[in-house]
Amino acid sequence: MTEPVRTLVVCCLDWPLTALGVAPSDPAMVLASGRVAAASVTARSAGVVVGQRRRGAQARCPEAVVLERDEVIEARRFEAVVVALSNITPWVEVQHPGTCAFAVRGPVRLFGGEEALVGSTAATVQRALDDTLGTGTHPGCRIGVADGPFAAGLASRSAMGEMVVVPSGGTPAFLAPLPVSVLERPDLADVLVRLGLTTLGALAALPVQDVVARFGSEGMAAQLLASGLDSRQLHMVAQQPDMAVGMDMDPPVDRIEQVAFAARSLAGSLHDGLARQGLACTCVVVEAETGHGERLARRWRDEGAIGAGAMADRVRWQLEGWLHGPPSVRPTSGLVRLDLTPEEVVHAGSHQVGFWGGVTAADERAGRALSRVAVMLGPGSVGVPEWRGGRDPAGQFTLVPFPEGPVDGSAGGAIGPVSPPSDDPPWPGVLPSPAPAAVHPEPVVVEVVDADGHPVVVDGRGVVSAEPARVCQGGGAGGGVISWAGPWPVDERWWDPLRRSHRVSLQVVSDDGLARLLVLEGGSWRIAATYD
Amino acid sequence: MALPSSLLAEPEPFDDLPPEDHSAPPAVTLRPVPTLVEAARHASPTTLAVERMLPVLPALAGLVPDGLRRGSSLGVSGPGARSLAMALMAGATSAGSWAAVVGDPDLGLVAAGEVGVALERLALVSPPEPSAWGDVVGTLVGSLDLVVVAPHHRVGAETVRRLMARVRERGSVLIRIGDGPWPDRFDLTLTVVDGSWEGHGSGHGRLRLRRAEVVATGRRAAARERRVVMMLPSPDGSPTAPELLGGG
Repeated sequence: MTEPVRTLVVCCLDWPLTALGVAPSDPAMVLASGRVAAASVTARSAGVVVGQRRRGAQARCPEAVVLERDEVIEARRFEAVVVALSNITPWVEVQHPGTCAFAVRGPVRLFGGEEALVGSTAATVQRALDDTLGTGTHPGCRIGVADGPFAAGLASRSAMGEMVVVPSGGTPAFLAPLPVSVLERPDLADVLVRLGLTTLGALAALPVQDVVARFGSEGMAAQLLASGLDSRQLHMVAQQPDMAVGMDMDPPVDRIEQVAFAARSLAGSLHDGLARQGLACTCVVVEAETGHGERLARRWRDEGAIGAGAMADRVRWQLEGWLHGPPSVRPTSGLVRLDLTPEEVVHAGSHQVGFWGGVTAADERAGRALSRVAVMLGPGSVGVPEWRGGRDPAGQFTLVPFPEGPVDGSAGGAIGPVSPPSDDPPWPGVLPSPAPAAVHPEPVVVEVVDADGHPVVVDGRGVVSAEPARVCQGGGAGGGVISWAGPWPVDERWWDPLRRSHRVSLQVVSDDGLARLLVLEGGSWRIAATYD
Repeated sequence: MALPSSLLAEPEPFDDLPPEDHSAPPAVTLRPVPTLVEAARHASPTTLAVERMLPVLPALAGLVPDGLRRGSSLGVSGPGARSLAMALMAGATSAGSWAAVVGDPDLGLVAAGEVGVALERLALVSPPEPSAWGDVVGTLVGSLDLVVVAPHHRVGAETVRRLMARVRERGSVLIRIGDGPWPDRFDLTLTVVDGSWEGHGSGHGRLRLRRAEVVATGRRAAARERRVVMMLPSPDGSPTAPELLGGG
C-alpha cells in the first residue's frame, strides 16, 4: 500500500453562487432540478439548507433571489483560477468547478515550506478571483492541506479562517472527531450511526476483517478513508497506453457545439473501450490542440467513475473556459485535435447495479433508453406522469419532462407523487369513476343541437334548454345522441379574474357506440374527452 | 451504491465451518478455457416458460390465459381499444416492468391509474417524425418490457420487420392501438366488437360501466378464437367480471 499523497485542496465557497456574481451578503440561492444547490450566508442563516425543495426554501427566506444553476458559467469562471494556479504547479486537478487540488510535494520545495506555499496559493487565487469577479463580490477561498485528497478536502471545508494545515501524520487525529456523514455515503452512514459508530474515529478503530465481513468492499473503502489512508491508490491498475482516444479534426473546428459533438462520440468510445476490459475511469486528461500549435490540457477527477456523458460535459466546460478566458490564454485558431487519456482507472465492479431493492437493473435500463429517446426527439418529448389534482380530467395529471442525459439513482424520473396521496382532501365536483380513457389536449369545437336543430344551451341554474339530439363537427351532419347524462356545472376560482373557469360538463353516448365528455365553456361546446 | 438490506442481517453462519478436506487431489483434465460468454451461458439458470410471460390482470385471463408472451406483438382495435390496451399494461407494470406509450398524447392518465397501470413505471413519448419513428420505437423495445404504439402514419414493412426482430431478441412486447393498416400479422389481435354503456338515461344518472365484447384471434397457440364479455371499465374503473361465451 502506498502512502497517502500530501495534498492541498483549494475550495471556493458557494461557487455556484459566486460564479453567478452574487455577493456573499445578498440573500440568494441557486436551484438545480428544483432543489437548492447552494445558498448564500444570509439565506443559510434564515434556515435554507442545501437539498431543500424550492417552495420550502422560499418560505424560509422569501426575500432571497432564486437563480438557476449554470454549470457552464461555473466551469468557465473557475478556469481563470485554475490558469492562475498553474503558475504554482502544472499538476492541478479539477475535482468539480469550485474545487481543485494538487500534490504538495513538488511546489513545497520551490516555496520553502507548506506555510509559504499555502500563503502564496491563497494570494494567487484571491487575485484571480478579484480579476474575474471584481473585488469584494466573492467570499474568497479556503485551503486545506492534509495527507490524501479526502482529508484535505474536509480540512478546506472545515477551515473557519483562511486555511487549515493538518500536520504530516496528524490526519487520523484530525479525522477522528468528524461525523460519518462526511463520507458522503448516506446509506452506509445511516447504518453506522444506528450501530453507534457516529464518528470516523470509531469506524477507524474497528478491526478491518470485521468491517469487511459486514460491509464488504464499500465498508473497507470507507474505513480506509476514515483512517486517513486514502483508498484512491488502492484499486488502481496500471494504465495501458492504448486506452487513450483521440480525434483529428479537419477542417479545424472553432464552434463549441461541433467540438462538444465530437467530444460526445469520443467519450463514448473511450467509455466502451474501458468497459470492455471491465474498467471505469476516475480521472481523465482532456487535451486540445489548435491549428497554431497551442495546447490546453486539463485533468478532471470524479470520485465515482466518470460516465461518457459526464466526460463530454467536462470537455465542453473546459473549452468554454478556454475560449472565453483572458486574452493571453485564448486560442488563436480552430481546434485540430482532441485527446482523452484515462489517467486513473479502477475496476468497474464497484460501480455495478445493486441486486436488492432500490433501483433495479430494469429501472436503470428503462431510464437509459428513455433518456436516449429524449435526446433523439428533443427536450420535453418524453414525459412521466405526476399527480396535480383538480376537477378537470386533463389537469389532474401533468407530464414532467424526463431528464436528458445520464440519470442518477432515481431512474423513475418522476419527482412528485404519481397517485393521489391518501391524505389528500377530496375535490368536490370532480367527475366520478370511471374516468375517460382518452383526454384531448386540444379539444374539438362541436355544435350540440336539439331535435329541431336549435343549439342547446345551459342557463345560469344549470338547466339545459332542450334535450341534445345531435353532436355536429365542423358544420357536418354529425352523430345522433342515444342518451346523455348531466349537466354538471363547475365554477372554479371565481375570485381570480384571470384563471376563473365556469363550465358545464355533459356525458353523451352517440349512435357510434362511443361515449364522450362535452364541456360548454365561454359559449361553445368542446369534446374534452372520449370514453374510448 | 445502495446498501442492500440483507447486509444488515447477521453474517453468513458458514464462516466457522472447518475447511474442506483436500487430501485427495482431483484428477486434472485439460480442457479449453471457456470464454466468459460461454461460461455465463452454462451458469445462467434455465428460463422457465413462466418467466417468458408478462403477467396480466385476472380479468383478462379469458383473453390471454397465460399472460403476454415475451417477444410477441399485439394489435388492439375497436371502440374501447385504449381501455383494453391500458388493461393489458396494468398487470405487467405493477409487477415491475416499464411501459412506454409512443405517439398517443390523448391517453387518459386518470383512467390508466384506475385501470391499475403503475404510473411510476409509465412514460409517454410524444409522436416522433415518421422518419424517426422506427429508431425511437426500436430503442424502447430494446430496454422496456412493454411498448405501446399508436402511429398516425403508414409504417413501412421493413421498419416493422426490423422492429419485430428486436422485439423477439430482447423479449419485449409490442402493442399497437388502432385500426389502420399494419404490414405484419400480429401474434394476437384483440378487437372490441361491441360495447354498450350503462348507468345513464336521458339527462339523469351517469356513465357507470361498459359491457364490451372482445374477440381474440391469433397465431399458433392462440389460433382458436376466444370471445369474452367483460366490464371495460367497471364502476371503479378497472376491468372486471369476464364471462366466457363460446370457443373458450
